Amino acid sequence: MPATVPISWYLILSAILFGLGVAGFIYRRNIITVFMSIELMLNAVNLTFITFSYTLKKVDGHIFSFFVMVVAAAEAAVGLAIILTVFKNRQTLMIDDISSMKY
Amino acid sequence: MNFLQNFLLLSLIKAAVIAFVLLTTLAYLQWIERKVIGHIQLRIGPYRVGPHGLLQPLADVVKLITKEGVMPSHVNRFFYLLAPFIAVVLALISIAVIPFGPQITIGPVTTWMQLTDLNIGILFVLAISSVGVYGVALGGWASNNKYSLLGGLRSSAQMISYELPLALAIAAPLLLANTLSFREMVGYQSGYWLGFIPRWNVFPEIVGFAIFVIAGFAETNRVPFDLPEAENELVAGFHTEYSSMSFAAFFMAEYANMVTVTAVATLLFLGGWQPPFPEPYSNFIPIIIFVFGGLIAVFHGLHPARHMDKFTLPATGLVFLGIAALFGVSLFVPVLKTILMALFWFCGKVGILLFLFIWVRGTLPRFRYDQLMRFAWIVLFPLAIVNLLATGLVVALTSK
Amino acid sequence: MTALIFLIFAAIAVFCGISLVAQTHPIASALSLIGVMGSLAIIYLQLGGEFIAMAQMIVYAGAIMVLFVFVIMLLNAGAEATTRQIPILSRYLGMLLLVVFLGLISFIIQAMLPKTEGVVFGAFQGGTAAAIGRKLFTVYLLPFEVTSVLILIAILGAIVLARREV
Repeated sequence: MPATVPISWYLILSAILFGLGVAGFIYRRNIITVFMSIELMLNAVNLTFITFSYTLKKVDGHIFSFFVMVVAAAEAAVGLAIILTVFKNRQTLMIDDISSMKY
Repeated sequence: MNFLQNFLLLSLIKAAVIAFVLLTTLAYLQWIERKVIGHIQLRIGPYRVGPHGLLQPLADVVKLITKEGVMPSHVNRFFYLLAPFIAVVLALISIAVIPFGPQITIGPVTTWMQLTDLNIGILFVLAISSVGVYGVALGGWASNNKYSLLGGLRSSAQMISYELPLALAIAAPLLLANTLSFREMVGYQSGYWLGFIPRWNVFPEIVGFAIFVIAGFAETNRVPFDLPEAENELVAGFHTEYSSMSFAAFFMAEYANMVTVTAVATLLFLGGWQPPFPEPYSNFIPIIIFVFGGLIAVFHGLHPARHMDKFTLPATGLVFLGIAALFGVSLFVPVLKTILMALFWFCGKVGILLFLFIWVRGTLPRFRYDQLMRFAWIVLFPLAIVNLLATGLVVALTSK
Repeated sequence: MTALIFLIFAAIAVFCGISLVAQTHPIASALSLIGVMGSLAIIYLQLGGEFIAMAQMIVYAGAIMVLFVFVIMLLNAGAEATTRQIPILSRYLGMLLLVVFLGLISFIIQAMLPKTEGVVFGAFQGGTAAAIGRKLFTVYLLPFEVTSVLILIAILGAIVLARREV
């Protein structure tokens, strides 16, 4: 157990969470779960911003992280409204079945 | 390592004291509520279990523990069990940053009467109340019951709608005091204008205080905003399917939220543990109040209305006179004086606000749900914004 | 002590992340995401980002995820019904390759990074609300105002999309 935690550990955690977010985005079929995987990716990026803000001893990383949170809030609001509309029109939440624009 | 051990030991002792006092307070808060509402409705509340029903909370606890915990068959088991757990844990955690008094020195130990002071303490309380919505929402959804689902969704929509005016009403004293920690906020409110008016935040911020108290009523699901758990509309709403200890957990969470909201209102607006008059005169007020109360109790005990009161009222009077004697003795012991005076003023102000909560419950009818949401978004939210803008304008014009 | 806290909460975060991807019911995924956000908030506290940690809990875990949970409850989204016909081999090979990929990335990150000092709790005191506020209202004022317009657009969009057609 080292006395101080190396910076790379935080970046590795961020990379793992980002990879899990991508895996969820590709693998899951429910629209809402796909959307939540996007939020997981955004959280991983927030962690990277805060880590580098610590390394460079500046507060700008926190500001970027704050803006990421604001944009994620706006995106969640509009995205969920779109999901509600899709559900009202197609009566399903599985992205495999909402494919009438193919071919 | 010695410093860490001292710190851990001190924190454990403080946590144990606060937890014990808080849990006892929650139980007796229910007794006080039933008595006060009973007297408002021209009846006496609990009367038989112990003198004047003082052992009623104990009887309730025993009943709730020994009741059978029925779990309906088609519920989602994990979330059904998780929801009261989340509600209680989050309701009790906010007490960790509430200061009850100033710095005291008992023997070799110098510590504040507070479990921990975060320099973002106010945001911590807001964060905990934001996440506390999940206890209600999950409890309503996991019960697999349309009334519970409606009650849970309505209750959580109400709680997140009223968090906005709550946060904006909190932001106005933050602009004045320029700090986010509770300790410094109370420190900002020390001192007196013209020698005798206390510098509490409620005097410049009366609108903010009103908005905070109203939003606090809605955050804790109390009347007049308690439609989501009303018995006559929704069959007890989100805690319909819960019995015995889970039900007790939701009720404990509601009372703990009430205590948190009133404690935060006291710290932000009413000056925390500071007395309303300058120091030498305000020391006698607790003594006067308790002596007065004791004499009234003894006097009524001489010609009691009911038979049992011949013993209980003089006993209560003697207890009050004993407490007054304790306050009198403490004037000569500085450590005891600091602790007792701070606790008296803090608990007095919190008690007055809790009495207001209980009084409103016995008096006002409840809002319909659309009236409630309309009130939040169309009346309270713009008012809170205007209050914040006005405060900001005044601060910007008067600062250097 | 710092390392121990980091390892515990990183493990909780990764466990909740895996649970997000692996659970069938959307409510379980939503709660796992809240778990991830909570443990990340504590890691931010370690890195000195106290305001961002509290903002994460208030905004992300307390408002955005409540919105997700509401939509899942309103749409009555059930568990994903049948498993797809993915051959067992490709499913486990996929997981193995994911683990190998993440391990490779971790090794590359660790080797490429210059040797700076580690993280000590309390070394970075600049993450206070005052510091963020100062930067936000002087240097980053334009993005701040633009985000307020963005939120207005989002509110309008959500209301228009979700209202009933009268």
